[in-house]
Amino acid sequence: MVIISDASMEVTEEKNKYSIIVPTYNERLNIALIIYLIFKHLSNVNFEVIVVDDGSPDGTQDIVKQLQQVYGEDRILLRARPRKLGLGTAYMHGLKHASGNFIVIMDADLSHHPKYLPSFIRRQMETGASIVTGTRYVKGGGVHGWNLMRKLTSRGANVLAHTLLWPGVSDLTGSFRLYRKSVLEDVIRSCVSKGYVFQMEMIVRASRKGYHIEEVPITFVDRVYGSSKLGGSEIVEYLKGLVYLLVTT
Amino acid sequence: MKHIIKIMSLLVSVSAFWISLLLTSIIPESYTLLLPIYLIVSLGCYGLLMVGIGLMRFPTCPYESVLLQQDIVEAKEFLKENEVDVGSD
Repeated sequence: MVIISDASMEVTEEKNKYSIIVPTYNERLNIALIIYLIFKHLSNVNFEVIVVDDGSPDGTQDIVKQLQQVYGEDRILLRARPRKLGLGTAYMHGLKHASGNFIVIMDADLSHHPKYLPSFIRRQMETGASIVTGTRYVKGGGVHGWNLMRKLTSRGANVLAHTLLWPGVSDLTGSFRLYRKSVLEDVIRSCVSKGYVFQMEMIVRASRKGYHIEEVPITFVDRVYGSSKLGGSEIVEYLKGLVYLLVTT
Repeated sequence: MKHIIKIMSLLVSVSAFWISLLLTSIIPESYTLLLPIYLIVSLGCYGLLMVGIGLMRFPTCPYESVLLQQDIVEAKEFLKENEVDVGSD
């Protein structure tokens, strides 16, 4: 087991900079909360937050500007886009403006809690991994806010994906990840899917390319599940995505 | 090597093994012909078992919701002090 003392943690952290890309759409309240929590939990780390807002009509960008007054415009970058243009392109857009050598992607709706960011960073430093992905499905992780049906579809989808793809990670659709910048640039170039299939494609392609991937347990509090039910069309999309990944990766 | 090639070669080797069983008649033909069905059914059962076990052992974290609420309260207080508009949405 590698033990990183506090002293060496500070020394190595000075050389690494973490760019946290947060795509937002109508997250006026959540973006303020999440930025507070990020700054609270990463007080010893050199990082920047890149908010990629897709023209939210609820004033998310105004809130970000207020936050920039509090934390500094060099720590919070607002790189907005005119309208909803998709998650994959949001990451690529954020990447262009990222000055760190590591990129973290996370959701803005507080389902991903910033308190896990230090564990991502620590695992990467301990193992030298290229990608550290959060997993909800192992001991120490977990989900709250899912009913039995939702858990069943999640588990069924997981077993199916593992049988077909042999991905090497336990949580394929998770989007709370830390990437080495060069690795993210390489992987994102070859991905074409949308939505959560995009997240699956990223990690499967990275696994096929032989990148060192580590997992850390995270907890996932789903507060929006009630409004986004899993319907038949989503299941069809998922199956199509699986077949696409099976054949092209 | 692409993943699909790995899967296809696995299927081909299993089929070759099955055909060789048929041709050499080590096992009576009536059993051998049924082997693929047994295999598929057992795979299906295994899959269902994994889904069931996973469902039973699905990790949940109800306390996290409480912790999150506390964090939200703390965040709102800080933001109010620093004049960030946190009116409810």
